[in-house]
Amino acid sequence: MNQIQNFTKGFIKENPVFVLLLGMCPTLGVTSSAINGLGMGLATTFVLVMSNIVVSLVKSQIPDKVRIPSFIVVIATFVTIVQMVMEAYLPSLFKSLGLFIPLIVVNCLVLGRAEAFASKNNLGASIVDGLGMGLGFSFALTLLGAVRELFGSGKLFDVTIYPEDYVSLLFVLPPGAFIVLAYLILVINKVKKA
Amino acid sequence: MAKKESSFINMVVTLFVVTLVAAGALGFVNDMTKEAIEAAKLKAKLSAIESVLPEFQEIKGEYKVATKPGQDSLEVYPAYNGNDLVGLAVKTFTNSGFSGYIAIMAGIGADGNFTGFEVLEHAETPGLGSKMDVWFSNIDKPKQNIIGKNPTSTKFLVTKDGGDIDAITASTITSRAFLEALTQAYETYEAGMPTENSMN
Repeated sequence: MNQIQNFTKGFIKENPVFVLLLGMCPTLGVTSSAINGLGMGLATTFVLVMSNIVVSLVKSQIPDKVRIPSFIVVIATFVTIVQMVMEAYLPSLFKSLGLFIPLIVVNCLVLGRAEAFASKNNLGASIVDGLGMGLGFSFALTLLGAVRELFGSGKLFDVTIYPEDYVSLLFVLPPGAFIVLAYLILVINKVKKA
Repeated sequence: MAKKESSFINMVVTLFVVTLVAAGALGFVNDMTKEAIEAAKLKAKLSAIESVLPEFQEIKGEYKVATKPGQDSLEVYPAYNGNDLVGLAVKTFTNSGFSGYIAIMAGIGADGNFTGFEVLEHAETPGLGSKMDVWFSNIDKPKQNIIGKNPTSTKFLVTKDGGDIDAITASTITSRAFLEALTQAYETYEAGMPTENSMN
């Protein structure tokens, strides 16, 4: 597999949300608006790239039996860094994502890529994989957030599209996340087969 | 490079090194961001105070007061124009929201009426309870607006409970909690400012 395929597989073919169904907790939890989805996606991308870099660099130095705890410590460190930096410089985004940032640690997407890809591939391929997967995740979350925001509050990236009297609240509530996700998976599957 | 063997000593050393490096990195980032986080929190607090009170020059003599015995104390920020008291900003809260904790910065003018409020923290249902910030400050709807009123002249209960304020449609619990928090803020105003002695 060349680097371009390696990068683009995260968007449609192996999209973490729509195809691999990894990291469902933040996917369903934070996507009540497009900007929340995008923020969460980019935070996860950063963690994913950094942990892929570190894991692929130190993979030969980590004994097999303690690799999972070591990976988790690496991931948790980067997540805490993201949290502190976000709280310091992007307080408003931190306010809306706050609770979900620490949960990136247990996002199986990050550990999954560390275990399934970075620990078996070289540095370059791991960075590309992290970027592709991370941006694919951001793309999925933003799309999900945009659809829910559009139907649920009549806005798109906080810009009012149509008056609030016509919105269906269901979409910003938890059931809306499941419904929209199911339909998006359907669409992606159609696209993939075509 | 060959994979390291999973011997006891190797595993202990590896985990030790990994956690040591992680702790070092976190300590470093914490030092770098500590001041910025403090500044951001302070700025958020100041902008909340400014948005709930009429214009003022300075905040001085902030204090904490508990309205009922055994209750967490509320932070009160008196705002002045020169020596004239413009009003009090009270950081009040309640735990009886639909999803628990709600924190509100409430502004009370020198005449005792609410001048504004800002919801600082809440986890209410989006689109229902989360509408409280616009609902209770809608000056076109006198039965739901609370600005310019106070709990002595107006009954700060939802109409369902025999009060004078219309609850948010489909969010009576949030509305009750909101009014409870504001009533509590008003109690700190009624209790008056502490004298010089008790301030220390």
